[in-house]
Amino acid sequence: MRAAVVLFPGSNREGDAVNALRAAGIEASVVWHGEHGLPAGTDLAVLPGGFSYGDYLRCGAIAARSPIMDAVRGHAARGGLVLGICNGFQILAESGLLPGVLVRNADLRFVCQFQHLRVERADTPFTSCYREAETIEVAIAHGEGNYTADAETLVRIEGDGLVAFRYCDAQGQVKDGRGPNGSTNEIAGIYSPNFRVLGLMPHPENLIDPLVGGTDGLKMFESLAESLASA
Amino acid sequence: MKARITVTLKTGILDPQGKAIEGALRSLAIPGVESVRQGKVFDIELSDAAAASAEQTLKDACEKLLANTVVENYRIELL
Repeated sequence: MRAAVVLFPGSNREGDAVNALRAAGIEASVVWHGEHGLPAGTDLAVLPGGFSYGDYLRCGAIAARSPIMDAVRGHAARGGLVLGICNGFQILAESGLLPGVLVRNADLRFVCQFQHLRVERADTPFTSCYREAETIEVAIAHGEGNYTADAETLVRIEGDGLVAFRYCDAQGQVKDGRGPNGSTNEIAGIYSPNFRVLGLMPHPENLIDPLVGGTDGLKMFESLAESLASA
Repeated sequence: MKARITVTLKTGILDPQGKAIEGALRSLAIPGVESVRQGKVFDIELSDAAAASAEQTLKDACEKLLANTVVENYRIELL
């Protein structure tokens, strides 16, 4: 039950990720991006939010080519769990671990707000403590969260049920074009084909304490703890 | 030797920055601007040793890092 949170230059949510993992009983340590391997016994690699390399070139582009990412790719290839949050999702997309790309929000604004999401499926290691189609409220904070992929990729991820979360309203209604950033099909997060890699723009790690707005994010980390315990 | 790589968004990919610049040019009353798309330019100096295979080297650089070919095209010019 061990998680490694990768720290890139410009990451700023690594502490929040560690807190959320620990709140769910998962042992968590921070690993520098220049390392060539994950700590022995790592079950889950987490790429936290932030602005790695100042978003130079494209968000996540340079971090995706850092030494630790070969280890993360190897971990994923062996069926290991990988979670990329916000900038971490951008890094996963840039590294080829997830398809598509996150481009500038359609209205150009950096969005920083509470946001409802629909949990598309509750049978994955990341969502087993949620109910299918449950509406949850978490935080979003990004300028480049507009999910885009070519038509063929979209057909595949929709057809294979790889969409993890969609932006919705408080009633759970997903309305195309009404989301916060212009994402295709209101996609907020996607899985790899084996459901072991998840990338999402919202911040579940920031919603683990009633004191700061709610606990809807905690279940993701509890789901991971459960899946790691039963593995 | 020197090379210039130009990376642009593919047709049909939303370019909000280009749109904003387009709007700003209109507000300056610059006449005749129909649309603006923003891109990136990379000026690269290659060692003499690399010059022989420059085209392939720069193509690799574009494919591996400089362009995200999901949404971007690139053009290589050897100067």
